[in-house]
Amino acid sequence: MSVKAISVVWPETEDPREKLLFDPRPTREMNNMVLDAMTTTSWRYWLVIAVLVVLVLIGIFGAWGYQILQGMGVAGIRRPVYWGVYITNFVFWIGISHSGTFVSAILRVFKAEFRRPFTRAAELMTSFALVVAGMYPLIHLGRTWRFYWMVPYPNQRQLWPNFHSPLEWDMLAIFTYLIGSTLYLYLPLIPDLAMARDYSTGWRGNLYRIMALGWRGTEAEWHHLKTAITIFAFAIIPVMFSVHTIVAWDFGMTMTVGWHSSIFGPYFVVGAIFSGVSAVVTVLLILRKAMRLDYFLRAEHFDALGKIILVFSAAWTYFFFADYLTEWYGGEAVGKELLTLQARGPVAPLWYLMLIFNVAIPLLTLWNKRIRTSVRGMLLITLGINVGMYIERYIIVTGALSRNRLPFNWGAYNPTLIEILISIGSLSTFVLLYALASRVLPLIPVWEVQEGQLSHRLRRIGRQLAPSVSELD
Amino acid sequence: MSSENLDKATKPPPVENVARRRFLQALAGAAGAGLALTNLSRIAAEGNGELQAVSDSAADPASLAPPITSGDGVSALERMRGDIQRALAKAPEDRRWVMVIDLRKCVGCHACTVSCVAENHLPPGVVYRPVLEEETGTFPNVAKRFIPRPCMQCDQPPCVPVCPVNATFKNEEGVVEIDYDQCIGCRYCITACPYGARTFDFGGEYADDTPVAEGIVVGREVAASYERATNFEYAEARTREGDRDESPVGNVRKCHFCLHRVREGMLPACVTTCIGTATYFGDANDPESLVSELIASPNVMRLKEELGTEPRVYYLT
Repeated sequence: MSVKAISVVWPETEDPREKLLFDPRPTREMNNMVLDAMTTTSWRYWLVIAVLVVLVLIGIFGAWGYQILQGMGVAGIRRPVYWGVYITNFVFWIGISHSGTFVSAILRVFKAEFRRPFTRAAELMTSFALVVAGMYPLIHLGRTWRFYWMVPYPNQRQLWPNFHSPLEWDMLAIFTYLIGSTLYLYLPLIPDLAMARDYSTGWRGNLYRIMALGWRGTEAEWHHLKTAITIFAFAIIPVMFSVHTIVAWDFGMTMTVGWHSSIFGPYFVVGAIFSGVSAVVTVLLILRKAMRLDYFLRAEHFDALGKIILVFSAAWTYFFFADYLTEWYGGEAVGKELLTLQARGPVAPLWYLMLIFNVAIPLLTLWNKRIRTSVRGMLLITLGINVGMYIERYIIVTGALSRNRLPFNWGAYNPTLIEILISIGSLSTFVLLYALASRVLPLIPVWEVQEGQLSHRLRRIGRQLAPSVSELD
Repeated sequence: MSSENLDKATKPPPVENVARRRFLQALAGAAGAGLALTNLSRIAAEGNGELQAVSDSAADPASLAPPITSGDGVSALERMRGDIQRALAKAPEDRRWVMVIDLRKCVGCHACTVSCVAENHLPPGVVYRPVLEEETGTFPNVAKRFIPRPCMQCDQPPCVPVCPVNATFKNEEGVVEIDYDQCIGCRYCITACPYGARTFDFGGEYADDTPVAEGIVVGREVAASYERATNFEYAEARTREGDRDESPVGNVRKCHFCLHRVREGMLPACVTTCIGTATYFGDANDPESLVSELIASPNVMRLKEELGTEPRVYYLT
């Protein structure tokens, strides 16, 4: 293993030891910090779990069950808006699922060192967000119990899916992404599961023993693992792009005014990363507080993520503007009607709220380091971005359908209680899965942090402590 | 013909079409003689024997002459029924079912919409053939016209390629069908259709929320039993009672040119019901058919032709 030394000199005002990678602790202490966070549960945790279980029971089992029994009429979809909150939620959760891959795979490929402590938290979001997103096409179907007819498998009735349909591409892309991102979550988890196995007894010990696949930490094992992670990190990036591009194509491939746009693929991908990274920040802030992970999750991380959000806010604004201006300047009658609906119609308050949350607030605040590193500020900004991104999808889905090419077929859409309950139920499903996983899986990739700390060192030069980074390759 | 006058108020008079003039004369004659009513009741009660008779007479070259003008008393409806008989004698892929709607003759009575609902037992929220109303001009120079809008049965249908399970397709006669056994209800085709021709069957009934009454004549159950009666779309008997998978509930539904009637030699319900005979139906591959004659006129348009969907519904303006 060759070691290349690259020296970096920080501004003198900053203590390099504020950075996680320059502030190493003994291995055992760090392992214990992660394991303690995992095994400690207060009454507050169980209260949250209980509330979430009730919400899931009401929303998914109650409301969705009622909808299956009664038919789609209990939802607010009516002519002409036959795609409503369910498709909005679907697009939203697919967007959230982009967090993990972006934060973990892209930052890993670019060797961004600040990624180390929170890759796992982001990857976990990807898998669970995909599970929730994957529920929505089923919830949306008029005949949910026939969902599997979209799956291409030889059968007696000689049914075969239509590979010309963007919905079919969508299903294949989502399954590919779900399988790929779950494997990509699992691979870097193996050394941490082995660590947890060595420290645990009882059911945890058994669980980790099975999941760690007999990991011993030999040089050959590390070599294979690193190779596999690198392959997956590169392979999962195009899959991530494909998933949201195809979701955008569900809309873009139709003739519907307001949807039929070649910019939709990249526009949706940028929006997805924007909302996904914001959701990562929200989740990290909550985890840091609830699980006392201040050692691992520091100001520098939120600072760096804040910069990413700033860039993606600008990128989203650019795409939004390009799409809007083209539609407006083209001057097609239906398109103009659609834009008028957004600017002055009943959805106008939502539309302006979207612009405030997605454009005004991030672009005006996130350039400031003090705001980027403040807990409350980042929590509010990132929550606002996800509200804004939800509104964006809602307006794209329901707005374009309510103003179509034949004015006789114009109408409005209002979600019903059932749709709202199912939406809350699915959000609760995500939080519940995450909360349960946070007590079973080591949420901090300890080995990655330790690996990073090995390559970062403070050297004494004269009176000064100079941080130095060696690149392991 | 007040619509004729309104047309003239807004644009130069349309080029008079010989066929059209013949029809107008024919209809005027028929109406004057009270024949139209007789024809309608005959069609309602038509039996196979009579159909055979029509078909026989259609085979006779003398009877292929344009209606009424020859003085043989053949109305537009009868001629179209003859057209259908001839088309049915051909292989399915050689037929080209088209519909022609004369907007100048449509008075906006919505009888076609209602007859369609009755024929196909359509539930609330499902309409195959609404009549759109269009107002043009500014007061006092205003005009109103009515545009019945069945499914366009496009030759390049945007709804077909988007179906993830191949549940909707163009059949060998060129009519876009939905297989109710195969549709999973994703409603993608609805969003893809630029004409709003597709609607979703939520499973409701007009009789929902009506009072329950005693007896066998009135009340919710009596009304609902009519709605739940078997319908015969695509020549398949389906009832809304019992297993939902056996009915179209939870599926997308659309106009299918009353294929189940056409295959039996009958005209679509909307055509037979139209009080002004403004709707025509037939095989455009048959040069002798009434629709071929009509769509050859210069005043033909199709809805949203610029989208390239190649609709099979022609409007005479």
